Amino acid sequence: MADLKKTPLYDLHAEFGAKFVPFAGYEMPVQYAAGVMKEHLWTRESAGLFDVSHMGQVILHGPQAAAEVEALVPQALQTLKPGRQRYAFFTNDAGGILDDLMIANRGDDLFAVVNAACKTADIAHMRAGLPTTQVQEITDRALLALQGPRAEAALARLVPDVVEMRFMDIQTHASDFGALWISRSGYTGEDGFEISVPADSAAALARALLADDAVAPVGLGARDSLRLEAGLCLYGADLDETTTPVEANLTWAIQKARRETGDYPGFARIRHHLVDGPARLRVGLRPEGRAPMRAGTPLFADEDATTPVGAVTSGAHGPSIGAAISMGYVGTAHASLGTPLWGEVRGKRLPVTVCDLPFRPSSYKT
Amino acid sequence: MKFTEEHEWLRVEDDLVVVGITEHASTQLGDVVFVELPEPGGEVAKDDEVVVIESVKAASDILAPVDGEIVEINETLTDNPALINEDPLGEAWVFKMKLADMSVLDGLMDEAAYKDFIGA
Repeated sequence: MADLKKTPLYDLHAEFGAKFVPFAGYEMPVQYAAGVMKEHLWTRESAGLFDVSHMGQVILHGPQAAAEVEALVPQALQTLKPGRQRYAFFTNDAGGILDDLMIANRGDDLFAVVNAACKTADIAHMRAGLPTTQVQEITDRALLALQGPRAEAALARLVPDVVEMRFMDIQTHASDFGALWISRSGYTGEDGFEISVPADSAAALARALLADDAVAPVGLGARDSLRLEAGLCLYGADLDETTTPVEANLTWAIQKARRETGDYPGFARIRHHLVDGPARLRVGLRPEGRAPMRAGTPLFADEDATTPVGAVTSGAHGPSIGAAISMGYVGTAHASLGTPLWGEVRGKRLPVTVCDLPFRPSSYKT
Repeated sequence: MKFTEEHEWLRVEDDLVVVGITEHASTQLGDVVFVELPEPGGEVAKDDEVVVIESVKAASDILAPVDGEIVEINETLTDNPALINEDPLGEAWVFKMKLADMSVLDGLMDEAAYKDFIGA
């Protein structure tokens, strides 16, 4: 793994028994000594600490930043209030998704967090697409996520004011670990925080959080099963350049005004999907048996059909559900709740039912 | 007890051979969430894929360690796949085989050789 980058928390991960995997050019902890299942369940019942420093942190600076970014995303940013964050995605001319991201209005600038695997392309895309806005990649900060019902109490021991924050608030707080850029958000379906911290004090902050018995380190393995239970998309699996936001069932993330008129890439196709409906839709899937239906599993309308009506894009055992769960795309005719389908696993057709997302209600502090 | 390079253990019990996966394999797999067992009664050849184990990470096969007939399966694993992580060398045996020729076991690793093989 010689060419892989390490985050500022690498040594801490190793100390906690991390098993490392290469991920988007970084050597990242997939799990610690406790294992994926325990880490997942701990996040749901207490608080999990995740290193997401591999993700891209970008500041967009300039008086026209919000207006200019609106030319790249279907989201409304000029109406995004200071101190608030929003889920967004960059689209291409065909209305496909180039990446999904979080974007915040910090008052003086916009702050975006983008996927690790896409960050180079995203930054180039922004530099090319934002005529007067300065695009600054932040490379001297780490990013931690603290997620779960006891996240608030754990972080409040270090930064008391976070108890006042609501879901999707973002604030800067002075601390013993330098200026922390804290948002009340995450990607697990739990209440929690994402904390941007100066790289040289990241390990100290992580240690201070882990000193609380309520907090345990959680790797990328559990991060994946947590986000799947929460019905959240993984870019590259559930979303890609060929999926429109309407197909991906992400219409909720496009603010009303921008569904009607839009000067963002792919508006015509997205509008067409909004008005006439898409040919396929992202749905939740509940296999009847215990066997997980993983990404790539073809889905059929009946046991003997020869042509698939869709495919699984994410699938695993859901530790908090106690059963196999999947998400995937199916033809709109097969996307209604309760539709019985068949997934082909190792040459066998196994029954699976279209179900609602998320698999588990989220517990955001709204 | 004998061991294979595929991280299975084999233990002779009366005239049958009990097969399971090693502690090392169960650790490497991570939390097991699904086990698909074969129908008992079938003749299998060495290296046939006879069992599928799915962990939180991925699906893996258990290969038949030797030629023979699978005469019994551990159905407890269907309802409690996590047993593979809890007690891989005991309660979580996977299947029992009848061998035409027990001497094939002589060609497998003993515990010391297996430990050496996994670098323990």
